[in-house]
Amino acid sequence: MSVFQHLEGRIEIRGLSISLGEGDTAFEAVQGLDCQIEPGQFVCILGPSGCGKSTLLGALAGHLQPRTGTLNVDGAAVAGPSPQRGMVFQQHTLFPWRTVRDNVAFGLKMQGIGKAERHKAADEILALVGLEGFAGRWPDQLSGGMQQRVEIARVLVNRPRLLLMDEPFGALDALTRLNMQELLLDIWTRIRTTVVFVTHDIDEALFLADRLLVMSTRPGRIIEDLRLDFPRPRSTQLVTSPEFSHLKRHCLELLRHEDGRQLPRLNPLGLPPETKLPRFAL
Amino acid sequence: MSGSFLRWIPRVASLLLCLLFWQLAASHHWNLGLVTFANVPTPVAVIEAALGLGDSGKLGQHLGSSLGRVFAGYLAALIIGVALGLAIGRSKWAEDLLLPPLEVLRPIPAVAWIPLAILMFPSSELSMVFITFTGALFPILLNTVHGVEGVDPRLIASAKSLGAGRRAILLEVVLPGAAPSIITGLAIGMGTSWFCLVTAEMISGQFGIGYYTWESYTIQNYADIVVGMLLIGVLGMGSSLLIKRLGGLFTPWHRPRGKA
Repeated sequence: MSVFQHLEGRIEIRGLSISLGEGDTAFEAVQGLDCQIEPGQFVCILGPSGCGKSTLLGALAGHLQPRTGTLNVDGAAVAGPSPQRGMVFQQHTLFPWRTVRDNVAFGLKMQGIGKAERHKAADEILALVGLEGFAGRWPDQLSGGMQQRVEIARVLVNRPRLLLMDEPFGALDALTRLNMQELLLDIWTRIRTTVVFVTHDIDEALFLADRLLVMSTRPGRIIEDLRLDFPRPRSTQLVTSPEFSHLKRHCLELLRHEDGRQLPRLNPLGLPPETKLPRFAL
Repeated sequence: MSGSFLRWIPRVASLLLCLLFWQLAASHHWNLGLVTFANVPTPVAVIEAALGLGDSGKLGQHLGSSLGRVFAGYLAALIIGVALGLAIGRSKWAEDLLLPPLEVLRPIPAVAWIPLAILMFPSSELSMVFITFTGALFPILLNTVHGVEGVDPRLIASAKSLGAGRRAILLEVVLPGAAPSIITGLAIGMGTSWFCLVTAEMISGQFGIGYYTWESYTIQNYADIVVGMLLIGVLGMGSSLLIKRLGGLFTPWHRPRGKA
């Protein structure tokens, strides 16, 4: 890990508010956020469904514009999506028409790097996520956990300053989820990029993070900022330790404190898609 | 394997039964009240007529003219349909500008275009191509729009996050994402293009299978009419199948589930 690398990926959020929806139905998804995230930090954002944590992630990725406030990464304002801020969604967004290798190499292709070179780089990253030997498959031929690993590899191939993850393991079964969490920590110790990881799973957040931000229900505000000093490398035994249980109880109280109304899920692209009627009969 | 082989037995039997019914109905001049088979040629008469057409040496010319017209009209519909479909599916602006007139033109049947087509185009050949074009255009256009709008916005967002520009998003995400739907439109459009052939070749003076069919009706050669109808059916089916096969080659990732 070079010193230079370690200085990249600083996030500064000042007075950030984001509105979603149009006209009468517009609302503030997050309100007045202030926060600074150090380079190389692993930050988890925990909050109830619909609290705007994914909205914040969408703004960091450049898919959503702030209404007020500023959002800076390494001193430069976030303006639109960029390969330096890689995004991993809950459901994979691999291109079904590209093989695993070509999916991973996509970012390099966009930079105009030649085929041989980008395939070599893709194979290296695939080895890092434990998928040697699957490069020639179609994404639909892989399991859910493998698809998310390819998704992570596809983002990492661009050497991003930020790795933004929106409940990336939320759709996986419990055992696969544990394996993926360990794999992610393992990758992160090798590529010390800043990680912002959104989840509503308290165990997951406490297990992964250096720092835990807890958000209130809508409009989302940060109601707790915890440093987690559990030693690394962490293993699943951590989850059963007394300190872990203590912190978990604290988080549960914070989240239970909210009045429990169910809000529709938001996503990093804004509101959930409406069910549109077809415009013409085929 | 034996399962799929067994399924061919009822398929072939069904075809043979239809033929048997036709032969009986036509040879005994059945009158079923609403519909009468008194003037319908028998399958045997149709086969004789088909052989006669083959012997006359005109079959090649008829086929050649028709294939040329259908493929010229179809090619134009493919290029214009896919281009307009991509524009309408991607841009609200293009949609508001282009879709309303197209929606008005869409329900107009090919026959209704004949007089205008003759007036608008300098040669009868071009007006015939235009009519097969109108048949293929709308299925291709609408399926392209449908396919483009069905592309997952998350895929487009991901591509942007990976550094894709407008052009790359169109070529790398939207076009392949819409491809299965476009191919369906192309296969349907191929069928409707043949469908419009008789209409188009009513304008023709000499050659074409549609012309041959229409001509046989005017000179009351009933067996020849059926030969023409069957030729159009078989050619239409064949070219639609060809499009589907070609489409399958272009979309190797798009397979029915459960085969892997």
